[in-house]
Amino acid sequence: MDHAVTGLAILATTLVVVPLIAIFVYLLLKGASSVNLDFFLKNPVPEGESGGGMANAIAGSGVLLGIASLIGIPIGIGAGIYLAEFGRGTKLANAVRFTADVLNGVPSIVMGLAAYSLIVIPQRHFSALSGGVALGIMMIPTVARTSEEMLLMVPNMIREAALGLGLSNWRAVLSITVRTASPGIITGCMLAFARVAGETAPLIFTALGNAFFSTNPNQPIEALPLQIWVYATGPYEDQHRLAWAGALVLIVLIVLAVSLVRYVTSRGVLKGAS
Amino acid sequence: MVLCALSIFGIVILILSELMLRSGEAWHQFGLKFFSQTPAHDRYSGEPTYWDPVNGSFSALPFVYGTLVSSLLSLVISVPLAVGLAIFLTEMCPRFLRGPLAFITELLAAIPSIIYGLWAVFVLVPLLREHVNPLLVKYLGWTGFFKPDNPTGLGYVAAAVILAIMILPIISSLTREVMTAVPQSQREAVLALGATRWEMIRMGVLRNARIGIVGAVILGLGRALGETMAVTMVIGNTAEISESLLSNGSSMASVIANEFAEAVSDLHRSSLIEIGLALFVVTIIVNALARLLVWMVTRGAPARVH
Repeated sequence: MDHAVTGLAILATTLVVVPLIAIFVYLLLKGASSVNLDFFLKNPVPEGESGGGMANAIAGSGVLLGIASLIGIPIGIGAGIYLAEFGRGTKLANAVRFTADVLNGVPSIVMGLAAYSLIVIPQRHFSALSGGVALGIMMIPTVARTSEEMLLMVPNMIREAALGLGLSNWRAVLSITVRTASPGIITGCMLAFARVAGETAPLIFTALGNAFFSTNPNQPIEALPLQIWVYATGPYEDQHRLAWAGALVLIVLIVLAVSLVRYVTSRGVLKGAS
Repeated sequence: MVLCALSIFGIVILILSELMLRSGEAWHQFGLKFFSQTPAHDRYSGEPTYWDPVNGSFSALPFVYGTLVSSLLSLVISVPLAVGLAIFLTEMCPRFLRGPLAFITELLAAIPSIIYGLWAVFVLVPLLREHVNPLLVKYLGWTGFFKPDNPTGLGYVAAAVILAIMILPIISSLTREVMTAVPQSQREAVLALGATRWEMIRMGVLRNARIGIVGAVILGLGRALGETMAVTMVIGNTAEISESLLSNGSSMASVIANEFAEAVSDLHRSSLIEIGLALFVVTIIVNALARLLVWMVTRGAPARVH
């Protein structure tokens, strides 16, 4: 029995690792050959023709993520600072933390519906703005929780030292604690950024997609994951190729963010302070 | 800062009120029957039609069914694997493997669902179509749940497999957290009584952590219920209820993703928003429940000083 369970546990572990490796291998095999200068610089060509790239989708993703970051990062960091510093241990902070965790689990497509009814219906047209708002709302709970965790890693001694020198509480928090934790907070923001960079569902009926190059926030706009969706479900070989390449670009962004967060939390970039 | 924190409540209230406002039309038209309606029958073929945008008759029943079937099936696949992985990581993993494995599960959780979907369309579905589904039909066909009437390889099973891969890291990392919260003295006490390693895990660890594990599973369920893109790409997208798990179906999230941007009427759009509202309420409840359960276990966790 003992050996059987050990064997089963090892089997389970292999079964978990295999899909991940399979996904990466396929991404590299099918995507790497198509990630070239054309991919970043050219717009899509008409269906059926070969060549072209995803310049419009990359620029569009940039615009959408810019809007999202403008909304998500300041509010998220603010909420994180409240959770870790001003409200630590209070009932309100616990309730906010709980709600943020629950909100993290809400399907992204619901965020898209909310942004649609909040912005698209009154404006009467799809726009990059609405897509950015949907993504921004999704960033808030993630940024808040990671900032909180990073702030909690700052040793209490530092706070006490700052207060002991006669700083007022808000000043100590903003210029000592937050500054000490800032590498962690920044990587947390990058993680949230990478997460929403791959979100498709909330963009389908807010950003909508656009076959042409556009950076106007008031017009429909293309996004990398949207383009991957359309290309992957279409019939054209050449589009499949571009979809794999787009997926590879996305995953590289995400792996970078995750490793960076791991590096910061484990190696203690925070230690410069202690 | 307080304002920023309060904005999180604001978001929940905003989403809820907006969705309720916009789904009013479907609510007035169908009421609660929206989720339980017996279907209208097609005038010519006599087939039941649950979802008929052209004639304006809508019922969410096939989508609720598809969501439940694919999510529960994915739990059946992923829970044993996730618990196995968590046991391996906390109880028997050599130290040098622990870091990389934890990193890999973290990475699995961060891959966007569109990439899972892409991989599923080009790798998983052909694999199921060529090798797995024929076996299922051959050996489990007698149960009636696996009928060879769908040659595409898409369907509930494909959706459930990709969902299982996606929710596995969530369940296993939380299970691991809960299992690490079981005090070391418990393990030592059970071992001292002469238990083997498996008996120690079963009696010392799993029994103490069971509430938290249930919480982790429910959290995984919450993710599976709302997962959109990967499911949309492989579930087949037909508004039907089929007994066979190999048939095409549709989930609540997938129908919204597929039809919302091209909704033909206000009633159609409003019905889709009502499905979204149901999804929102259900995932909020499921997630809150899961968090409470996990919190109940890890709350009193002593620091590892024993």
